[in-house]
Amino acid sequence: MAMKFSENADRMDARYVAGLARMALSDAEAAQLQGQLDDILAFIGELKQLDVSGVEATDVATEARNAWREDVPEAGLARDVALANAPLARHEQFAVPKVIE
Amino acid sequence: MSAPLHELGFLEAADALAQKTVSSAELTAALLDRSEKLEPALNSLTWFDREAALAQARAADAARAAGDARPFLGVPIAIKDLLNVKGQPCTAGSNILKGYVAPYDATVIARLRAAGCVFVSRTNTDEFAMGGSTETSAYGPTRNPWDVARVPGGSSGGSAAAVAARLAPAALASDTGGSIRQPAAFCGVTGFKPTYGRVPRYGCTAFASSLDQVGPISRSVEDAAAVYQLIAGLDPRDSTTSPRPVEDVLPAVRAARDLKGLKLGLPKEYFVEGLDPEIEQLTRAAVDQCRALGAEIVDVELPHSRYGIACYYILAPAEASANLARYDGVRYGFRAEAGDLQEMYEQTRARGFGAEVKRRVILGTYVLSSGFHDAYYLRAQKVRTLIRGDFERAFARCDAILGPVTPTPAFRVGEKTSDPVQMYLGDVFTVNVNLAGICGLSVPCGFTAAGLPAGLHVVGPAFREDLALKIGAAYQHATEWHRKRPVDPQGGRP
Repeated sequence: MAMKFSENADRMDARYVAGLARMALSDAEAAQLQGQLDDILAFIGELKQLDVSGVEATDVATEARNAWREDVPEAGLARDVALANAPLARHEQFAVPKVIE
Repeated sequence: MSAPLHELGFLEAADALAQKTVSSAELTAALLDRSEKLEPALNSLTWFDREAALAQARAADAARAAGDARPFLGVPIAIKDLLNVKGQPCTAGSNILKGYVAPYDATVIARLRAAGCVFVSRTNTDEFAMGGSTETSAYGPTRNPWDVARVPGGSSGGSAAAVAARLAPAALASDTGGSIRQPAAFCGVTGFKPTYGRVPRYGCTAFASSLDQVGPISRSVEDAAAVYQLIAGLDPRDSTTSPRPVEDVLPAVRAARDLKGLKLGLPKEYFVEGLDPEIEQLTRAAVDQCRALGAEIVDVELPHSRYGIACYYILAPAEASANLARYDGVRYGFRAEAGDLQEMYEQTRARGFGAEVKRRVILGTYVLSSGFHDAYYLRAQKVRTLIRGDFERAFARCDAILGPVTPTPAFRVGEKTSDPVQMYLGDVFTVNVNLAGICGLSVPCGFTAAGLPAGLHVVGPAFREDLALKIGAAYQHATEWHRKRPVDPQGGRP
């Protein structure tokens, strides 16, 4: 896949990035979002003023550590309950459009 | 009984039910009647089912008659439409979840259910909690009960408006960057965001998982403390929850009368250009009140505060872009019909998500993408460390921090919808609390000349909910702002 980001790190192609997120955009939407996202990127770009060399990253602000439980099976959602919200279910499975040509 | 039933707070309702001066069915019916009357003007609720709520209330009444003495048996509460309540819709304010019926209870709901609470209604929210005005909801904007031309704040604007308008004694809400505290301030009610890791998120529709926290909105700090205690504590289904026991803070909160012996910090960074002069004056008056109650007010510094919004609007969209990948039209919610799978995904998400969600998913995808991850996401995580460090240093000098909750009073519906950066700046005083993972309380502290509420922000260290709540309770004992109520709006939406 060709690189479609612009040379300038503060410019992005909204439609291309939306494609990475599996989201189609209309022309009008793409034009409006592009302008708004440029504004937001200019705003969040102010973090570049800060010297963060030697600073550790915080991924989550919690004292909790990895949680373990006994390795015993627990009841999950029953199949019919899990399928009840499916837009399309067939043969006790989620059904999707054909993937293989 | 002299006061109308809908005026009862959460603890008052519990007392009235225990004394059998009212039944849960009567109380629930009164709130539903009121909801039907006021909702055309407010749009604070996304769903309620009179028969289902009354069935739950009658079951509570029958249990009480049979000797069940659980203290909150039959007390009604409204639930933000982001939390799964088994058998009820859960839309997160999004078209992509229209028609979804929750197959299980969120942990906080299971805990309220075990306490006997009645789930009276579901409250409106910005789509996936992304917004500060409740205008991004697929169900349309909620209106502020103090002025229906204005927003109630967000994302928990429905919860705040419903509690202010007396449609429920209390509501559950969620706060990722201020979504409990900011609408509480805009609507003149009390809102509490507990420490990250204090309340389980299992069954709460995920927005930004390193920041999301569930908490109460109510009309008093006492009520907030009561709801908080019911929902807090370790949950094996949320690995971020702390094993620390949840202490009973209610006796101390109810007894709070003064602030003697406490040092409260005032950050100079919170009184800067852009702060509305009336909000500044009301906040300073509240600080003076705390001083009069015996607190020592000390200056503190939070030098990286000004970077909080930029940091947040990198981290939260990044996490949201990952969390919202699950809405693909396969397992639940809306699906757009299309010829192949890829087009089905792209059209489902194109038609299912609203504009603000799309903005944040694109932004989040961008800051996580190869080549930009270090420049944005990793850098923001490092700035987050600096912001946490600010609070650690400040809390070495003071017990809790005071400040404004919002830079302005409630703005007009539509005023900021076309300018996302202006909307984001409204989170300036709240996001840092989420980034640092600490707790924050919003209590009403007065009104502008136009009659719009302002909130005092009480920020406590991690797992010092007791302290933040006691400070808020002492302040409310000395003031009447939290007792003010809006005039009932008439008719439909303007």
